[in-house]
Amino acid sequence: MAQGVWTIAEQRDGEIRKITYEIVSEGRRLADALGQELTVLLLGSNIKDKAAVLGQYGADKVIVADDPRLAVYTTDAYSSVIAELVKANDPAMLLMGASVQGKDLSARLSARLGVGMAQDCTAFSTEDGNLVAIRPIYAGKAYAKVSFENSWPQMATARPKVMNTNEPDSSRSAQVIDATFSLDDSALKTKVVDFMKDESGKVDLTEADKIVSGGRGMKGPENYQILEDLADLIGASVGASRSAVDAGWRPHADQVGQTGKVVSPNLYIACGISGAIQHMAGMSTSKVIVAINKDPDAPIFQKADYGVVGDLFDVVPALAEQVKKYL
Amino acid sequence: MNIIVCLKQVPDTEAQIRIAPDGKSIITQDIKWVMNPYDEYGVEEALRLKEKFGGEVTVVGLGPKRVTESIRTALAMGADKGILISDEALEGSDGLAVAKALAAAIKNLDYDLIFTGQRGVDDDMGVVGSALAELLDIPNLSVIVKVEVAEDGKSVKVHRPVEGQTLAIESSLPALITTQKGLNEPRYASLPGIMKAKKKPLEEKTLTDLGVDRAEFGAGARKVKIIQLTPPPERKAGRIVEGETPQEKAAGLAKLLHEEAKAI
Ligand SMILES: Cc1cc2nc3c(=O)[nH]c(=O)nc-3n(C[C@H](O)[C@H](O)[C@H](O)COP(=O)(O)OP(=O)(O)OC[C@H]3O[C@@H](n4cnc5c(N)ncnc54)[C@H](O)[C@@H]3O)c2cc1C
Ligand SMILES: Nc1ncnc2c1ncn2[C@@H]1O[C@H](COP(=O)(O)O)[C@@H](O)[C@H]1O
Repeated sequence: MAQGVWTIAEQRDGEIRKITYEIVSEGRRLADALGQELTVLLLGSNIKDKAAVLGQYGADKVIVADDPRLAVYTTDAYSSVIAELVKANDPAMLLMGASVQGKDLSARLSARLGVGMAQDCTAFSTEDGNLVAIRPIYAGKAYAKVSFENSWPQMATARPKVMNTNEPDSSRSAQVIDATFSLDDSALKTKVVDFMKDESGKVDLTEADKIVSGGRGMKGPENYQILEDLADLIGASVGASRSAVDAGWRPHADQVGQTGKVVSPNLYIACGISGAIQHMAGMSTSKVIVAINKDPDAPIFQKADYGVVGDLFDVVPALAEQVKKYL
Repeated sequence: MNIIVCLKQVPDTEAQIRIAPDGKSIITQDIKWVMNPYDEYGVEEALRLKEKFGGEVTVVGLGPKRVTESIRTALAMGADKGILISDEALEGSDGLAVAKALAAAIKNLDYDLIFTGQRGVDDDMGVVGSALAELLDIPNLSVIVKVEVAEDGKSVKVHRPVEGQTLAIESSLPALITTQKGLNEPRYASLPGIMKAKKKPLEEKTLTDLGVDRAEFGAGARKVKIIQLTPPPERKAGRIVEGETPQEKAAGLAKLLHEEAKAI
């Protein structure tokens, strides 16, 4: 009988990424509901000292796979090691964050293991000991409640920024186990040869706590400075609509929407964005949505928690002035 | 260089999605079906590589007969031939089963590269590309915005944006690449292209033709079961912050964001 909840940690340059704490926290809740153990898999190189903190977030066990070939994520190496560990231990559930890495890994692993997988979920629960997941489909125009049929581990990924993160408890600790695995060099067909840091230096939109986003109403690339200024004050990242990206005002990586990034910040401020269905698809799971638009009939006002009807070139700088009171 | 592009037909992104009375599927009448936007990038990239290296571009689509239209669109853009996998037993298949059927159709073809979209804008799953690569035992490179095939046509270097940075990754060929926006600007089919497409070979295959076990496909074989579809949680129109001047409105908004929404 498959037993236990497993979650996969994500690290970069030896540092645990935030999404890990989200999925470990959610894994803890599921493990408690089932009365089972939570195990976290940590893959990397010289990474063992990072196991302790995973215990503080709720892991009962941390299995560490330490190997220089696991320092940087590759689909080949990670799916090979994890598939081997899963087969040897037979967990009931296998969860990870729906980061770029998590989406890639989960897809390849589910095929390797021959099991079902639910991508980019916004809620998990258990029914009769089985995982039930909620996931937006058709770009959020419908939500699907899904379960798994005769396939273990039940696999799913969680949309970043949606699951609540536990407060770390320094009195908790996990049992740390060294993984045994065989990783054959002949299985490694891809190699990361270069890392190019984003110029903006800001938190990626998918991980941002706050986003200030600009659309065609910005009228030109130079005007994004007013959004940057507001963003710097409140600690936000800057996004864009497809119109702004296609006009060449902003890089592709900044596009929010159905063919861009799906984001769930605490605060999303849309400036000069009309609220096309394809844009809303990318940000409708934001907690608070603000719209600043000069057209009172813009569809975005139908979905915004707070709206300001006005010229963004007046309102945005004024807002930047006003928020200073509260910082 | 021979290239395969997998192509999924999805509801137009403008389409209204209505849930069917069974609560588990959507009402498909009145839906306009289009090529998955990410697959347009795959077709375009394949054509550009063909222009440089020569060879053939084959598009493979799986689904009902209407998928023929999207295959013809790809042929009109310049692809050489099409394969439609169509069988009643496929209806309701999940991504893993779709990948199995695609793999059965592709495994005996001669290919250096396969393109799929990074995700279908219908189920938003993004599993078929990776699963297909797994079944064919070739590497997959996902969410790619730049493709450079080596002059000798034996390896590829790609750019993959991840949170906060872009990775350059090298891989041997054959490999499967999943496409991301930014890879290229897909061309439109020209009128002569559309005329030519009518004469290009388009083969149709059933599961029996592919020699696979029908029991592994369709709704009954799904490993992820849909229990229920619901409309999205309602997001009500909130309040419009009033004021005489932009300054007043901004002050009101800042106050609400701080005191009520606790967002700043
Ligand atoms: C297949 C497909 C995929 C797509 N994917 C995406 C996607 O991922 N993301 C996306 O965003 N779009 C996407 N789109 C495009 C989408 O349909 C819209 O065209 C786009 O979102 C519009 O961008 P916008 O709101 O910036 O521009 P517009 O719709 O032109 O709106 C500009 C707004 O700015 C306001 N404005 C103008 N000047 C001012 C001012 N001075 N002060 C205040 N307000 C002002 C106007 O009132 C207007 O509401 C997609 C479309 C298709 C067909
Ligand atoms: N029925 C299908 N026929 C052909 N290709 C498909 C099919 N389903 C998925 N694909 C390919 O896989 C990609 C991702 O789809 P999905 O995994 O369904 O999100 C698509 O962009 C296609 O390239």
